[in-house]
Amino acid sequence: MTRLFARMLLAGLMVPTSVGPAFAYTAYVTNEKDNTISVVDLDQMKTVKTIPVGQRPRGITITKDGADLLVCASDDDTIQIIDTKTLKIVGDLPSGPDPETFALHVSGNPLYVSNEDDNLITVIDVPTRKVIARIPTGVEPEGMAVSPDGKTIVNTSETTNMAHFVDYATAKMVASVLVDARPRIAMFKHDGSEVWVSAEEGGTVSVIDPVKHAVTHKIGFAIQGLRSDTIQPVGIQFTPDDATAFVALGPANRVAVVDAKTYEVKKYLLVGQRVWQMAFTPDNKYLLTTNGLSNDISVIDVADLDVIKSIQVGRLPWGVVVSPQ
Amino acid sequence: MRTSVTRFGRRVFFAAAAGAALAKTTQAAESANATIQIAYIRWAEQQVTISLLDKSAPDNGLAGAQLAIKDNNTTGQFMNQQFVLTDAPIRAGDDPAAALQMSASQGAGQRIGLVLTDVPAAMLLQLAAAGAGKGITLFNVRAPDDALRQQDCRSDVIHVAPSRAMLADALAQYLVWKKWSRWVLAYGSHPEDALLADAYRRAAKRFGARIVKEIQYKDTGGARQTDSGIVQTQQQMPVFTQNLPDYDVLVTADENEVFAGYLPYRTWDARPVVGSAGLRPVSWDPNSESWGGTQLQDRFVRMAHRRMTPLDMQAWTAVRMIGEAASRTKSADPATIAQDIKSPDFGVAAYKGRKLSLRDWDWQLRQPILLSDGRTIVSISPQPGFLHQTTELDTLGFDRPETECKLP
Repeated sequence: MTRLFARMLLAGLMVPTSVGPAFAYTAYVTNEKDNTISVVDLDQMKTVKTIPVGQRPRGITITKDGADLLVCASDDDTIQIIDTKTLKIVGDLPSGPDPETFALHVSGNPLYVSNEDDNLITVIDVPTRKVIARIPTGVEPEGMAVSPDGKTIVNTSETTNMAHFVDYATAKMVASVLVDARPRIAMFKHDGSEVWVSAEEGGTVSVIDPVKHAVTHKIGFAIQGLRSDTIQPVGIQFTPDDATAFVALGPANRVAVVDAKTYEVKKYLLVGQRVWQMAFTPDNKYLLTTNGLSNDISVIDVADLDVIKSIQVGRLPWGVVVSPQ
Repeated sequence: MRTSVTRFGRRVFFAAAAGAALAKTTQAAESANATIQIAYIRWAEQQVTISLLDKSAPDNGLAGAQLAIKDNNTTGQFMNQQFVLTDAPIRAGDDPAAALQMSASQGAGQRIGLVLTDVPAAMLLQLAAAGAGKGITLFNVRAPDDALRQQDCRSDVIHVAPSRAMLADALAQYLVWKKWSRWVLAYGSHPEDALLADAYRRAAKRFGARIVKEIQYKDTGGARQTDSGIVQTQQQMPVFTQNLPDYDVLVTADENEVFAGYLPYRTWDARPVVGSAGLRPVSWDPNSESWGGTQLQDRFVRMAHRRMTPLDMQAWTAVRMIGEAASRTKSADPATIAQDIKSPDFGVAAYKGRKLSLRDWDWQLRQPILLSDGRTIVSISPQPGFLHQTTELDTLGFDRPETECKLP
């Protein structure tokens, strides 16, 4: 009896490790409308917890050691620090007004924050929680990206319609490159050779040479049965080998799969409604997308280029980050 | 010589050359940069309103242009471009043509070739006639008259303000989607009300609604706000809407704020009021927060210390169109800028969820129309299901096959 029970228990315990991934990854999704973060267990593929945070949470990232989440609470004019172990808010960063998105330097510090209302980039030293620089930029700064070598910071401005290149060492703007209307996201290739900038209302992705500060290619999108003005590129992610890029197309409810060498669009994957931000799992097996209008995240199998699951989260999911372990 | 224009149904006279508007340059030009001069000619006489809340601010419209100048100059610092706005208010007795000449000669010897007109239709035509052949492009940010986009259209006038037909179509699509398709049309006695009523008749026909009865409210003069006037209004409005056939919704056409504002909650039958009161079709609303709208609202309130009106938005959009063309063409030349704005690739982002562009048959800016109850955005037209072969935005207003505009 006891032996049978023990065997059953053992079998029961064995089940998750035999079918699931070796480690359970956790995704954190900001729900702009709910003022919460959904904690998604990627082993069970479901939301396991919802944490209340500040008002209008949008941009979200995680510190290099995975210890803390950083969340833009836009309407509270602050960035909240959340302990990933206790899921409690443990502090704030002085973000300046209306922080929307940010990027951590590749070394893990500092944090570059776009202040949409103030035409500023705020640079914050994360350990001391102090502002170390404010850099004037274009109207409605949005996307932030740091080059893989850590030497260049790129910021997009939604109403100025430019990608601004800031030198890390001097914290000075060195170049501004005109792109199409309402640039949202800037993303470097892992090898640093290109930075891609999505233009939400322009409907394109500009490929920029970060040395020459020039647009070298523009990627357009066309989906049968959809009018061009519903195709609104936002999020961009590259596979680790830089061979493939994924571009979230907003109200087109699709993610474009782009050959990152030839710039040819290979496939459109149907996901939830108004897809904006994306994040890979650390093993690069899955790509998660936030679908604002359908209140869910889609899980894309990266190898099969197939949408395998949608997971219910809170209302108006905006950003997503996955824990490194 | 005396010229006359019709405004709000009254005759207002302008003496030529006498009492020309005092034009004032709001920002000094910087010589190192290429300077783009923009004039803002506005009819500065106030319109009376039913609600105290709707009283127009003295800088209504102008503040929108000023914010866009600031936005353009933030961008301009990366392009070595400087934008300067000249404010030219016109009051009763002023000559609009003189205001145009005066603002055109402002700005350190530089000719102003880009002019926003915040004036009624008749005055806009006077300005256009005065500026004809001088390389001046006018941006109509106020007049909704369809005639300006039809028989009176001109190649040197760009319409940023939506037309009455666009506004009526936007509301009609929503009412039809809601299956509120039996309308009573209540219109006022001013010429503008007749034009707006025409737009609703056309919209009903286009989208399959039925006007079951039309009633007219005559403006007999008098003040809007009167202490204890409420007692009489409570009696008058039910009587005005009595004995109507079965209907779903009361559509009102009252551009001069004579009666429509008094109709909600006072109709004989319990029916929603739309059009000039209740649910209103507008180019902008102070609580529009979609597509980054909150950012613009915040920026505007911080600068102007008041909320952003549709007229502010129309002026903001016009100045941003100029800014956008200046940065795309890297030019400060008015003709180059105007040409770029009219090119098929041009688009401007204006917090409406998609690029706005010009219709090449009448130079009207295509735009979604917000339906506001004054507190929240109820819906945004075009509505789903109203299809178009080019863009759904062209289901609002006069489409290419319907146009009577003949541009050279």
